[in-house]
Amino acid sequence: MRAAIVVFPGSNRDADVARALTLAGAEVVKVWHADSELPAGTDLAVLPGGFSYGDYLRCGAIAGRAAAMDAVRAHAARGGLVLGICNGFQILCESGLLPGVLMRNINRRFICHRQMLRVERADTRFTTAYTKGQVIDVCVAHGEGNFFADAETVARLEGDGRVAFRYSDAAGDLTEDANRNGSLNSIAGIYSEKLNVLGMMPHPENFVEDMLGGVDGRGLFQSLAA
Amino acid sequence: MIKARIVVTLKTGVLDPQGKAIESALQSFGIQDVGSVRQGKVFDVELAGSDTEQAETTLKAACEKLLANTVIENYAIEIA
Repeated sequence: MRAAIVVFPGSNRDADVARALTLAGAEVVKVWHADSELPAGTDLAVLPGGFSYGDYLRCGAIAGRAAAMDAVRAHAARGGLVLGICNGFQILCESGLLPGVLMRNINRRFICHRQMLRVERADTRFTTAYTKGQVIDVCVAHGEGNFFADAETVARLEGDGRVAFRYSDAAGDLTEDANRNGSLNSIAGIYSEKLNVLGMMPHPENFVEDMLGGVDGRGLFQSLAA
Repeated sequence: MIKARIVVTLKTGVLDPQGKAIESALQSFGIQDVGSVRQGKVFDVELAGSDTEQAETTLKAACEKLLANTVIENYAIEIA
């Protein structure tokens, strides 16, 4: 598994996701946002968390149109894997690779805490190390994670099984309290039509080592590297 | 030179937490009769040349490509 992490001005979680991928056995290279190609043999393109371009205009709006994103779009069109975490998810929505938009959290606050997620399916390239319905303990840290799309788009995502993760409580129930940013249908992450692009607000890369408080995030990187 | 103003606003029905916060702040400052507030963005743009039709096309492209996210936002172009 060869992973290319695209670094934008203002990305700040690139080192964490690089470590999570390396621990899972992947080979990692970094790509600068102005590069117009991904390294030969790239299996997975990663858009890390952070505040690309200072979140100017809208979160992910400017990064979504960067030169490297043309390469990521071409990679995805070829069926290549793409993972966007937090700001990376915002970039995927702004670039048109995923539908919808991440709006300001409903409570208007930056939220930063441990978060339970329910794994909606375990048969994609991102989730084989989990089981369907499993509840995992990861983290969230964002001000704009409130997933929104028009009713037709949400119905299509739901109907096609394209919801990857939902905010839940420890029992896997979708309570209002567990969905603090106000996302439609408690959506925490979604797939593209061909299931090769995943965008998610929570940070699985935070929890890959016992020392840091948890290891439930490992499954995602192990699935990818398997 | 052509001067233009682009106004980007949230579509009707899209939740606007910032507008809501401003609305309740205004009410708490005793500014009466404020029903509701929706926040938007204004871009003042200068374009070379004098062809307003061409300018309109250029600005529309700018809105579609970057300035507005048409999933949640509308835009209006005014050319001075």
